[in-house]
Amino acid sequence: MANLKQLSQQEEFFTPGHRMCAGCVAPVVVRQVSMAAGDTPVVIANATGCLEVASTIFPYTAWRAPWIHNAFENASATLSGVETAYRALKKQGKIDKKVKFIAFGGDGGTYDIGFQSLSGAMERGHDIVYICYDNGAYMNTGIQRSSATPQFADTTTSPAGSVIPGKIQWRKDLTAIMAAHNVPYVAQVAPSHFNDLITKVQKAIAVDGPAFINAMAPCPRGWRYDTREGIEMTRLAVETCYWPLYEVEDGQWKLTYKPREKKPLTEWIKKQGRFRHLFTDENKELLEQFQQRVDEEWEKLLRRCGEM
Amino acid sequence: MSNLLTWKEVPKGAFLEKPGNAADYETGDWRSIKPVWIAENCIQCFRCWVYCPDAAIMTKDKKMIGIDYKHCKGCGICANECPAKPKALEMINESDSGDN
Repeated sequence: MANLKQLSQQEEFFTPGHRMCAGCVAPVVVRQVSMAAGDTPVVIANATGCLEVASTIFPYTAWRAPWIHNAFENASATLSGVETAYRALKKQGKIDKKVKFIAFGGDGGTYDIGFQSLSGAMERGHDIVYICYDNGAYMNTGIQRSSATPQFADTTTSPAGSVIPGKIQWRKDLTAIMAAHNVPYVAQVAPSHFNDLITKVQKAIAVDGPAFINAMAPCPRGWRYDTREGIEMTRLAVETCYWPLYEVEDGQWKLTYKPREKKPLTEWIKKQGRFRHLFTDENKELLEQFQQRVDEEWEKLLRRCGEM
Repeated sequence: MSNLLTWKEVPKGAFLEKPGNAADYETGDWRSIKPVWIAENCIQCFRCWVYCPDAAIMTKDKKMIGIDYKHCKGCGICANECPAKPKALEMINESDSGDN
């Protein structure tokens, strides 16, 4: 159980003065991860993305911890190398401090471009925690669709109009794919549920071996909603069961939060301009199709977690 | 306004000498609406603190003590999430704040 007052007395590894957009939820995820890490010394790797470019505009850096950026596709490979070097130095008696390794990547740098390096790092069993802040598109370059983009979302490369109703495909279920790597810890989180997020990150850090955490991080520019509603966005995604909170610990699937009442999907999507076209008469069917798929995915998860 | 370094002050060789020096960079002038803290309504729940993307909620000795206007970008998440009734955080237009 996270005690916020207690946590507020720690120094965070991410400072204000970063240049992420007003209302961006990615820095909220980073801050909560920092709260979870507490005094544990960490080395951070960053995949190319909004977070990387906006937190390290020369001559400034928003990171208080050692931080490395290499390229878009290889945050996991880079951090694997850093972690291996650390183990080598430890073996030689040149370092005795216990250090943990955290990688941050957006959905572009995780689901798509960095997928092979992430998969490799997980398979090799490096002691790293990979955190994906999933805003569901390439927001940094101007809202291009990624494999994390929800079906029917309007993006600049899946424009909703007379030809297509937004993105055609369903999103890739990366959290389940990472669980299939049989790593010790995999979880899905949302910053609205900070207690759940902090507890899971603490578990992921404590684990000896690779851990993967998928965090929903809404983007007011790409999702087209009022900046003040960023946290409400993830809360509704959880309450509508579009973004369920669960963990897979040593192969055991566990639902960590079950909404008291499953809200209709429209409560989440009606607040977002990227789904505006779904609320027209001709797209009514798509809306039903969207809800049906969410219901199916939710039931699949309930079965995996032994809840039904 | 943030003080930009001159070409003579920018560190040579792209070195960064101070970790976390972004805290010296002020993003408060991005704001068009601003949160105002109403201390007597505050229930010290720290929701604003845990949800602020810019770590702009100032705390001291486990107490919320105000807003760091040098960094607050005015997104409004804090006021939206404030559970106190009546709310302890309210958004007002910068033009009405009398600070200009």
